[in-house]
Amino acid sequence: MNIAVVIRQVPDLIEPLEIDASGTSLDMDEVSFLVNETDDHALEQALLLKESSGGSVTVVALDFGEVDDTLYAAAAKGADRIVKVAYDEDRPPSPRQSAAMLAEAVKQLGAELVLVGVYAHDELEGVMAPLLALELEMPYVGVIRGAKAGEPGSVTAFKEFPGAVMAQMNVKLPAVLGILAADQPPRYVPVSRIRNAMKSTEFEEQEVAAAAIAPAVKLQRMYHPEVGERAEMLTGSEDEVAARIAEILLEKGVIK
Amino acid sequence: MSAQDILVLAETNQDAVADITLELLGGARELAAATGGRVVAVLLGSQGAKFTGALGAADRILVVDDPQLADFSPEPYLAVLQSLVAAEGPRAVLIGSTTIGLDVAPALGAKLDAPVLGGCQSIAAEGDALKITCGLCGGKILADVEVKGSPAILMVLPGSFRPGEEPGAAQVETKPSPVALQPGAITFEQMILPEAGDVDITQQDVLVAIGRGIQQEDNVEAAEELAKALGGALAASRPIVDQGWLPTTRQVGKSGMIVKPKLYLALGISGAPEHQEGMSGSDLIIAVNTDPSAPIFDIADYGVEMDLMDLAEPLAEAINEKKG
Repeated sequence: MNIAVVIRQVPDLIEPLEIDASGTSLDMDEVSFLVNETDDHALEQALLLKESSGGSVTVVALDFGEVDDTLYAAAAKGADRIVKVAYDEDRPPSPRQSAAMLAEAVKQLGAELVLVGVYAHDELEGVMAPLLALELEMPYVGVIRGAKAGEPGSVTAFKEFPGAVMAQMNVKLPAVLGILAADQPPRYVPVSRIRNAMKSTEFEEQEVAAAAIAPAVKLQRMYHPEVGERAEMLTGSEDEVAARIAEILLEKGVIK
Repeated sequence: MSAQDILVLAETNQDAVADITLELLGGARELAAATGGRVVAVLLGSQGAKFTGALGAADRILVVDDPQLADFSPEPYLAVLQSLVAAEGPRAVLIGSTTIGLDVAPALGAKLDAPVLGGCQSIAAEGDALKITCGLCGGKILADVEVKGSPAILMVLPGSFRPGEEPGAAQVETKPSPVALQPGAITFEQMILPEAGDVDITQQDVLVAIGRGIQQEDNVEAAEELAKALGGALAASRPIVDQGWLPTTRQVGKSGMIVKPKLYLALGISGAPEHQEGMSGSDLIIAVNTDPSAPIFDIADYGVEMDLMDLAEPLAEAINEKKG
């Protein structure tokens, strides 16, 4: 199975997020980037499908953030080809812009199956995954937790619903799946293998037409919410805080 | 049919109307009062009639019954919605940020060339504009957005509105699909229920829930000891289940379980909207996190800025002492 995987960079939420002087964007100079978590799962699912059924995995990403590190890690994990799509803007593209640019690159791969994370936490104008499918003129189903090869020309995908309920879906190829989680956690690769990949991997650099899609909404202000308004913060040493929580639980009748 | 109407995509979970649908009707009621339009609920399925009684907060309930809509499949759902929304021409379409909403809302916007917003938490009408606040970056950033085009396709985070209780006219119209439906390339095969036998976390009075802050699988045991001391069970946010450290039956949140225990002790959970959706109704929430800006502190009753592994053991000891 010839599989394409789309990977994006998102701000690392562990680091503080600053708003820039315009008040309508994160300060990209201060942002630490990392791979979008669900895209990382999409890559893992692609590698698992390749290992079980053969074929190849091609990773496609816009040249944004610290994408090279992510792409070398993808190569070290087992991706066969890496396609890096030129992108010169300082701010990340909207979902519609991303979908248009990435689709242009994916179309040239002749992929039977396209896997992408179901969402990214920095998407404002909807989510990109179903829009990528529209651009590719392929069917789409998302919120997928695991997939396996089915009858020839199809895969079986498991769509997650609330209450740990799964819908088993038959997906005729070609198709796009929006991955929530792979059948197993994304594999770990040692730094030494990533270093080797940096020496041996050549990215296929690709230019695509800039997506001339104007925003359909007007972003007026971006800001930090008032956090912790409700919570009474307990302070002190570990023992003092533990004793206070135990008192609260006794007062509230949680422990007797 | 009015250009000021607010349309709500109703969802059902097995045998009941989903909570998010009742919340969307509540939000739509407020919005329709400002626009001067009506609240229109759209229910797609094959046995819509049995759910219309729960949608009484709507003024109109459009039921589309078709065997192809019996179980969710993206292509027929999208085709019907596109046709209905184009015909109705509402001011806004409210869709839950759910496993179904994520599939259909963005594509609906693209097909209708309509604006789409995700993570909507509040919506107000001001003249010809909608003013919307959206959550981004796991709830750490808010964005105020103005939308002038219509229909605005708005993906609403659960918990954003109070469920609609004020009754509407509730006029029911049942119709066949406005477009001919054939099985698409993606077809539903069967529903797989979680394996029985594990603890039912929805029935527990006390939950100790662990998140990414637990860092490694070896640390899960400390949280388990704490849960034992409290006479409760262990639950988790999605990353822990993705790692395979706990089964999906222990997952709290959008795609996991909705829980309302007497105590929800959140250890190392940042509190992204998807997680809050599953536990914000808990009686008492105590959150422990090293990040003082973690959104979990926004809904917790008590917060502790500390590494959970430093607190777990002394807390278990303190609880055992109090229990005497």
